[in-house]
Amino acid sequence: MAERIIVDPITRIEGHLRIEVEVSGGKVVNAWSSGQMFRGIEVILQGRDPRDAHHFVQRSCGVCTYVHSIASVRAVDDAVKVKIPKNARLIRNLLLGAQYQHDHIVHFYHLHALDWVDVVSALKADPAKTAALSDNVSNAPWGGTNYFKNVQQRLKTFVESGQLGPFANAYWGHPAYKLPPEANLLAAAHYIEALRLQAKAARMHAIFGGKNPHPQSLVVGGVTCAADLTADRIAEFLYITKETHEFVKNVYIPDLLAVASFYKDWGGIGRTTNFLAWGDFPASEKEPESLFMPRGVIFKRNLEKPVMADPGKVTEHVARSWYEGAQARHPYQGETKPFQGDPKYDTDSKEGRYSWLKAPRYEGEPCEVGPLSHVLVGYAYGQKEWKQPVDHVLKTLNIPAEALFSTLGRTAARGIETLVIGEAMQGWVMELVENIKKGDTKTYEPYEMPDKAQGVGLNDVPRGALGHWIVIENKKIKNYQYVVPSTWNLAPRCAAGKMSPVEEALIGTPIADPKRPLEILRTVHSYDPCIACAVHVIDPDSNEVYKVRVA
Amino acid sequence: MVNQEKAFYERLAQKGVTRRDFMKFCTFLTATMGLSSSFVPKVAEVFAAPAKRPTVVWLHFGECTGCSEALLRSMYPWIDELVLEVLDVAYHETIMAAAGHQAEEALHQAVEKNKGQFICVVEGAIATKYNGGYGKVGGKSFLQIAKEVCPKAAGVICIGSCSAFGNIPAAKPNPGGYKGVGEALGIKTVNIAGCPPNPINFVGTVVNYLLLGKLPALDDLGRPLFAYGQTIHDNCARRGHFENGEFVEEFGSKEAALGYCLYKVGCRGPETYNNCGIVKFNSGCSWPVQAGAPCIGCSQPEFWDKFTPFYQEL
Repeated sequence: MAERIIVDPITRIEGHLRIEVEVSGGKVVNAWSSGQMFRGIEVILQGRDPRDAHHFVQRSCGVCTYVHSIASVRAVDDAVKVKIPKNARLIRNLLLGAQYQHDHIVHFYHLHALDWVDVVSALKADPAKTAALSDNVSNAPWGGTNYFKNVQQRLKTFVESGQLGPFANAYWGHPAYKLPPEANLLAAAHYIEALRLQAKAARMHAIFGGKNPHPQSLVVGGVTCAADLTADRIAEFLYITKETHEFVKNVYIPDLLAVASFYKDWGGIGRTTNFLAWGDFPASEKEPESLFMPRGVIFKRNLEKPVMADPGKVTEHVARSWYEGAQARHPYQGETKPFQGDPKYDTDSKEGRYSWLKAPRYEGEPCEVGPLSHVLVGYAYGQKEWKQPVDHVLKTLNIPAEALFSTLGRTAARGIETLVIGEAMQGWVMELVENIKKGDTKTYEPYEMPDKAQGVGLNDVPRGALGHWIVIENKKIKNYQYVVPSTWNLAPRCAAGKMSPVEEALIGTPIADPKRPLEILRTVHSYDPCIACAVHVIDPDSNEVYKVRVA
Repeated sequence: MVNQEKAFYERLAQKGVTRRDFMKFCTFLTATMGLSSSFVPKVAEVFAAPAKRPTVVWLHFGECTGCSEALLRSMYPWIDELVLEVLDVAYHETIMAAAGHQAEEALHQAVEKNKGQFICVVEGAIATKYNGGYGKVGGKSFLQIAKEVCPKAAGVICIGSCSAFGNIPAAKPNPGGYKGVGEALGIKTVNIAGCPPNPINFVGTVVNYLLLGKLPALDDLGRPLFAYGQTIHDNCARRGHFENGEFVEEFGSKEAALGYCLYKVGCRGPETYNNCGIVKFNSGCSWPVQAGAPCIGCSQPEFWDKFTPFYQEL
């Protein structure tokens, strides 16, 4: 007899997500993913100044801060046909790179680690053995018996206070936790170190963006931080880039590999089928040719045949979402109307609606987006900066490439791309230095706001493929639409009844104890869900179909 | 107490923070809060040796988590100190280990065990249209949760402009009928305004509460005066250029590179009460005006409607 489990709230994510699964014979046999909040930023944008849009959309999410700001200015850049100066492109890329560094470190250590690491077990660890383990697996700058003794004492004092704060009532002692106490203590120590490192890493945004979260220095036509292109500011940025990269290289990646070695069975769990990346980090005006992170689609796990991704092939479905109608449409053809009322959550009937997220499809197929797609597309194209670290991970863990399409692969890919992008960032900083040295200090290109225009910004951000589309009329926003990573990954079913990536990934997940479904969190968290981003709506007041150039 | 304090300084020393550094931070925080320097040792005490850590219940409603993220960036004190040694963060969906029923249970316990004593921090606005149907956690609307939890708290601190004033989801036409907590529930709240606010202003408010047993003095919008008593323009490093009539009129211009006043490209500093230019963000690293970006007035109610278009002179 199948048993239904609902996990709501899913914690350690951004936003309000509800996951429901059906368990039979100790395994998940059916799954539903539901976004539980609707704000309607696109509706709010209508009739406003297109230059202001990036401030609004950036408030979609404070965890994936910056990404909607850059996607928006790119869409408007495209609409007004302005070519931004080289310095502006480099600074925008550097700020996006900084977001990858920060976001993925926080995800691994603070949002995801507790699914694999049993903090309570760390109390039983032998600090001397932990120090030996640390020396063996990691190049962390901290270590030694005393260091781990102190961390353990700190945790002990905390636990003995009886006030367990954010660690209360969790799944500690669950049989699915596999790490020995020493590895748990090592990870707990790095959890704390990473908390500090991320606060420093966020300063990269502050240097050229004024603050983090929600840096403010992007504008249509370039960037505003003209007065910050000084040696001391650039050096500070470079120094933090290096410090962060050292952490990724010496702590994050070794921790990832050490933890993964205990959970290799997760290379066969949480599997999905199709992978899409728009790509990002343009090295010139030419896109997609110059993208450091390449654009492509992989169908049916076929790494031999990646194909170029075409944004014209995207449709969004609302048949199972809380919007009127059931017609799947290209993102440009906005006519969605949010349900006016208190929506009924219905996963029982075949046509039931159960989420504020819509369901994007590529050629009608659900596609996973995010780190795994970025890495797979780069790997499939055989680009060496992507292929080498993937091969290294596969070899170290002694697993086949087939194991990549999984919760383990998704989590490893996130670490791999943090490393690859961090490495590249240092080169981009030096490019900026060289350009300024040559006397080019241009940061902005003026433009005229046209009466009527349309534009698209295609991006690939830490959580995956992100597209913003804008239609301008009378110099105002006529229509604004974004298709975001978490909508791809955490959508409900589409009109054809096909499951979204996370729903598909959950099928087959072993559940040791239905009352404490730790295993569900592992796969859901591997997508790094961001639900505030994922819920949005287009033009509820008209049925107009917009014909817009597809880049 | 003395032993605990000693242990605290030893711990700091291991992390390379001297007692002197720590006192410097406390002096900075005390000054930010507008207290006299005689309070410095007491501020230090709050961090060094709290008897029982005060319980915080942190609710997430219609928000983007940017305010939680802002607090994660706190470097003095570090966020791990705040969570492990200063506060008892009993419920916070972004960082807590528990999920689902276990998370709901944690919330219930924290509220019932600490009735009338816990600090309720709210991040995000509350959807009020359609019976609160546009925002739910565990099947309950934000509105219902707020009505259950907030009245049981010792005080409600709204972190960020969403919980304080409604902010972006409440911008016209406000599809979900979003409101700030004070307006939605008809209660008085302390409002740490900003989108997101500087975490130092939140920490300062909490320390004030721990230290003096009461909340800091507030303006008529519920914002602590120590942080929101003066305008951005009052304390702006570019103010001299304003007085001299030296303005940026186009981004990327010579004037922009010289750091002239941003008033003519839309800076809302003269209308905006906040201490951004004094304390700066990310532990003194920078702030929007320093990065050449006009202030958008994010600590003022309805700034998305009243201050837009942003890039036009006031």
